[in-house]
This record gives sequence, C-alpha cells and structure tokens, in this order.
Amino acid sequence: MFEILFISTINGILYGMLLFLMASGLTVIFSMMGVLNLAHASFYMLGAFFGFEITQHMGFWAGLVFAPLIVAGIGMVVERYGLRHVHRHGHVAELLFTFGLTFVIQEVVEMVWGKLPVDYRVPASLDFSAFTVFATTYPAFKMFALLVSVVIFLALLLVIRRTRIGLIVQAALSHPDMVGMLGHNVDRIFMLVFGVGVALAAVAGVIAGPVLVTQSNMAGLLGPILFVVVVVGGLGSLGGAFVASLLIGLVQTYAVAFNISLADVFGSSPLTGNVAFYLDDLWNVTVAQIAPILPYLLLVLILIFRPRGLMGTNNR
Amino acid sequence: MSQKTDMKIPALPSGARESFLARFGIWIVAAIVLAGLPYVFSSGLSVSTMCMMGTMIIFALSYNMLLGQTGLLSFGHAVFFGLGGFLTAWAMNAVVGTASPVPLFLFPIMGGFTGLVFGIILGAVSTKRSGTAFAMITLGIAELVSSSALILRHFFGGEEGITLDRTDMVQVFGLSFGPQIQVYYLIAVWCLISVAAMYAITCTPFGRICNAVRDNPERVRFIGYNTQTVRFMAFSLSGLFAGIGGGLAAINFEIMNSAQMGVGESGAVILMTYIGGIGNFAGPIIGAVVVTYLQLMLSDVTDVWQLYFGLLFIGMVMYAPRGLAGLLALQQPLLQTRQFHRVAPYYVLALLPGLVAITGLSMVIEMTYQLAVKTAAGPAMAFFYVPFNANSPLPWIIAVILFAVGTWLFLRAARLAGDAYSEALAWRKLP
Repeated sequence: MFEILFISTINGILYGMLLFLMASGLTVIFSMMGVLNLAHASFYMLGAFFGFEITQHMGFWAGLVFAPLIVAGIGMVVERYGLRHVHRHGHVAELLFTFGLTFVIQEVVEMVWGKLPVDYRVPASLDFSAFTVFATTYPAFKMFALLVSVVIFLALLLVIRRTRIGLIVQAALSHPDMVGMLGHNVDRIFMLVFGVGVALAAVAGVIAGPVLVTQSNMAGLLGPILFVVVVVGGLGSLGGAFVASLLIGLVQTYAVAFNISLADVFGSSPLTGNVAFYLDDLWNVTVAQIAPILPYLLLVLILIFRPRGLMGTNNR
Repeated sequence: MSQKTDMKIPALPSGARESFLARFGIWIVAAIVLAGLPYVFSSGLSVSTMCMMGTMIIFALSYNMLLGQTGLLSFGHAVFFGLGGFLTAWAMNAVVGTASPVPLFLFPIMGGFTGLVFGIILGAVSTKRSGTAFAMITLGIAELVSSSALILRHFFGGEEGITLDRTDMVQVFGLSFGPQIQVYYLIAVWCLISVAAMYAITCTPFGRICNAVRDNPERVRFIGYNTQTVRFMAFSLSGLFAGIGGGLAAINFEIMNSAQMGVGESGAVILMTYIGGIGNFAGPIIGAVVVTYLQLMLSDVTDVWQLYFGLLFIGMVMYAPRGLAGLLALQQPLLQTRQFHRVAPYYVLALLPGLVAITGLSMVIEMTYQLAVKTAAGPAMAFFYVPFNANSPLPWIIAVILFAVGTWLFLRAARLAGDAYSEALAWRKLP
C-alpha cells in the first residue's frame, strides 16, 4: 500500500509539474494579452514531435534545446502575423483564431508524421533505474523530467521576481500604455512573451514525449485538462495554476492507482428493474475508469462553490 | 468579450400594421423553395445531403443564439445536439411494439425537451461566468459529458452507438417515412418552424436584451437586468433548438453514437456558424449549407480536407470576421443603387489569382501528404488528373511559384477591389 502511495505521489507530482510548465505559459500569455491561447496544447505536441525528429538525427540533448527554440520561433510568427492582426476584431475573434490553429496544427502533424504513435524513446544515457522502492524500480528519465520542470519553475520565478525583464513584463501586464510611454516596445514584449510561453509548452512536450505516447491526438487529450487547470486555479493567477496543476496531477494518478468500484465496497447494486439496466454501469465503474473525467468533475464543483477559481481575483 | 457587430435589427413594430405580405412573404417564399427543392435536386445523394443541411441549419442557428446574439462563445454545444438525439432514439425504441399513438413527426419534440432540460441544468453551472471563463467551462462540461458517455455503455451504446427504426412508428396519413424524400419533408417542416421561432425570438424584447448583454453588459446591469439570468435563458433556449436538431439527425441517420456529442461536432458547428457569419441572422444558414456541402465534396476529393477547413476558418477569422453573410451584406448598398457593375470586374480580377494561389497551396499540401503518409503508394500521383512524380523538384517549384505569384497578384487585386468599392460607395452618396 505504501509502495503504491509513494510511486503514485511521485508520478502525480511529475504529471502536475508538466501541466504547470504548460499552464504557466498559458497564464502569462492570458494575463498579458487577455487572450487564452487554445492552441497551447498544440504547441506542446509540436514540441514533442520536433523533439522526436531532432532526436533521430542529433540526439536527445540537441532536441531538448532546439525543439523549444523552433517552437518559440513559430509561436512568435503566429503572434506577429496572426494574433496581432486579429486583435482588432475583438476577443472572440482571437479565441477563434487560436481555435482554428489547433485544427491546422493537428492536421499538419498528421500529414507529416501520420496518425500512429511515433517511436520516441527514452535516451540511452538516461535509460536506467534511479532507485528501487520495495520491489518497484523507478526510471531515471522520470526523475530527470521532474528535475527539469522544477528547475524551469524556479528559473521562471527568479526571472519574474528578480530581474529587470521580469519587472517590465509585470508592468506590461497591468499598465501596457504606461510601459509604452516609458520607451519600451510593448508589441515586442508581447511577441517575446508569447514565444517564451509556447517554448515552455514545447519543453514539456520534449520531456513528456518519451514517457507518454507521442501521437497526433496528444494535444486533443491534454488540451481540455490544461484549460481546466487554468480555470480551477483562477484565470490569470500563476500561483493558482501551480496549485491546480499539482492537485489535478495527484488526483488523476491516485485515481488510476485505486482500482475499486462502488460494487466492490457495497456489494452488488441495490437497484432493480429498468433503472438498474441503465445505471448498473455507474455502480460497477472503477475509480480508475473515471480518472479521465475527474478533472472535469473538479471543474464543475469549483464553479458551484467558488466561481472565480482557487486564487482568481478578476472576474473577466 | 463584447464585440461590435452591426446586426440588421428589424424595426420594432410601429403603430401602423404591416401588410400581411411584407410580414410573412419571406416565410412563404422559403416554404415554397423548401417544397420545390427535391424536384430540382432529385438524386438520392442530393436529397440526403439536403436532409443533413436541414438539421445543421437548426443546429448552427441555435448556436448563433449564443455566439452571435448573446456574445457567448461555447465549445460544447454538440452536447445538446447529441443528448437530444439519444433521448429521441430511446423514446422511439421504447414505444416500438406498444400501441403508442405518437407518430414519428412528433418525436423531435422529445429532442427539444431534452435539450431544454440539459440546457437548464448545465446552464445553471456555466452561465455563472461570461467571456473566456465561460468558454473554458463549456469545454470542460463537453468533455465531462462525452467521457461519461463511454462509461454509461448501456445508455450510450459504447463505441457503436444505438440504432433505431423510424418506420416502426404508428403511421398516419399513410406516411411510412421509409423513403428518404418523406424524411426530407419532415426535416424541412421542422427546419422552417425552428428557424421562424428563432427569428421571432430575436424580435422580442428578450432577444434585444441578449444583444445588449453582448454589446455592453455593464449598462444592462445598470438598467436593472441580471446579465446572468439573460445568459442562462439564452443558453437554455439554444439547448432546446439544438436538441430538436439532434432529434432530427437521429431520425435521419437511424443511429446515434457518442462521437456526435463530442468536441469534434462542437467544433464543426463553430466553423459553420462563423464561416457563414455571426452578425447576421441568415449567416448560420448560409454557413450550414456551404460547410455541409464542402465537407461532403472535399472528403471525396482529398484525405486532408480538415486541413483545408482549418485554413479556410483561419482565413475567415483574419480577413472576413463577418463571414460570408457579411461579405454579401457589404454588396447590398451597391446593388440598391445599381453601382455593382463598377466593382464586379475587380472581383473577377481578384478571384483569378486567388484561385491560382489556392492551387499552388493545395499542390504543396497534397504532395507533402503523398510523400509523408501515403509512402506505400510511392511518389507517383495525380493532381487535377495531371500525373507527375512528387519526388522530382519540378512540381514543387511550380507549386511554390503558383502560390507566391498568385498571392502577390491577389493582394494587389484585392487592394484595387477595395478602392473600387469605396469609390462606388462614394458615388452613391453624391446627389
């Protein structure tokens, strides 16, 4: 029991940190431009596929460096020539633009790499077991992924809190006009922030690719969970996104680990007749089976009891 | 999330009574057109295509009650469409074999009722917020419902879905609804009723308050309305109509599966509504017809048709945010003053290089697809019946040149057309 709990906790934190890598970029972009980048998970997918492709030719470490850089470049082009153009049509148009982008990126990925999973493997230099708990070995690559995400998290915190760039970014969040008056190029700051934001998602893609499955539907699977994270945490709140990422990461991994259903606990279903025919599924479903819908249940509960999210302040 | 859309709002009924023909003429014409269409397009394929268009028109218009009229961007509208369809299917399967007196053409009511009930339940949760948060919540709820569909296997029939038989109902007026043409008229009648009802709603004070909530929610609160209640009512009503559409789809296809309430279907209705135009009542109708037709046609021609859709959608968002209906509405003042002939040549001038650019782009897409996905078929392929080898550089050079030159000429011609348009408008304003 303790073994399952321990392994699940590490896995949950890892998953949560990966979610936060993406959610942080999404949150900063949202609070800065007021637009939620629906294609954020698509950039994560692009990161995974570029990482795979570069790994094939130049090795994993080159992929870890270059894939996010390429994705950042694509992101900046999208911001400069797409989003900025759409901005004058209003927020709905901006959201719909990024929504259309998810379609296009998904189709392009399917066109180039096909619909089947690609063979993106853990690099040989990290393919050993980090430690053994009871009888289970824990792969070193997962510890590495955890380390990378924690380091990036700390670096991000330092840059935003302690450097001049961070100061300007924070100022541009609340008073873009004033920052512009002071001689900074706000448009360029927006473009850079968008690039850095999607690059973070790409980093998550490169290190999550070998652990999860690198496939053309990975953006569609992860995207909605990502948006649950930012709404549950409170739109525009970095701290909230952090808490919500870990919460959802842990909840989902624990749920997968515990394979029990109502029927296991209370015996067979008390319902009879027609109702039982339709609702027996509900009684017999295991916690592991409902793991995919738990984030959405959490979303609904949060909305009922705390509509602005865990740490949200603005009611945009 | 407020957005300025210059919607043509019909004038409030003034003291003088309009003539009968002015008021209902357009609906009578619509009814005659709907009745006559199967005589013009009489092949089996076109009748079933029109059946699909009919359900999609209802679906897209119900979506526009949210997006176009109340300014609510929802990513989960297919939930109501799907649930309406499922409950209709179950209701029909339940009465099979019993001596139920309910004829088939009343069953879409069940779909509408389901849509309304779930609209009330889900609306109570999601309309607490507006703007981006509302969009995210609808996305989450859509995922919740479509994931639950895979758990409740008995009710939603798992991957295969559930089937029904529309001919098993009690038959009145000798209508068996076996032939597709009878289903067409069933859908046409429901379509006309729903469209008229939705149009009537836009003319009521409630419809106007929805527009006000879209344009300036703060001011609506200030004059004493609760914006959340308005959003909630609009959400429930649009659920009602989406449910009717879903019920008709169930009757039309005689099968429902959970993919029909998934994220993909919700995305499709956004595409339809937006491409048609959200600022105009007729926009979603145009969008539903055009997009359904393109879907059927393109999926025959190419495997990557969804990519073309994505690109078309992004193009519309960037350059024609009012959609096809908006583009048509721009021509109206010119037609009225008989100045259209001044701009028409420029439109043709812009259209030709545009087509060339599209040809170049789709050549690149198809060749990439041939080399990357259809590797087993080898590099030999054909584009517009012209065979060539996708591995040789020549077709790539041709494609890039076509695209680059076409785009450049198109942009120049588009600027000329824009100038001609404003000139023709200015001409109108002279005496």
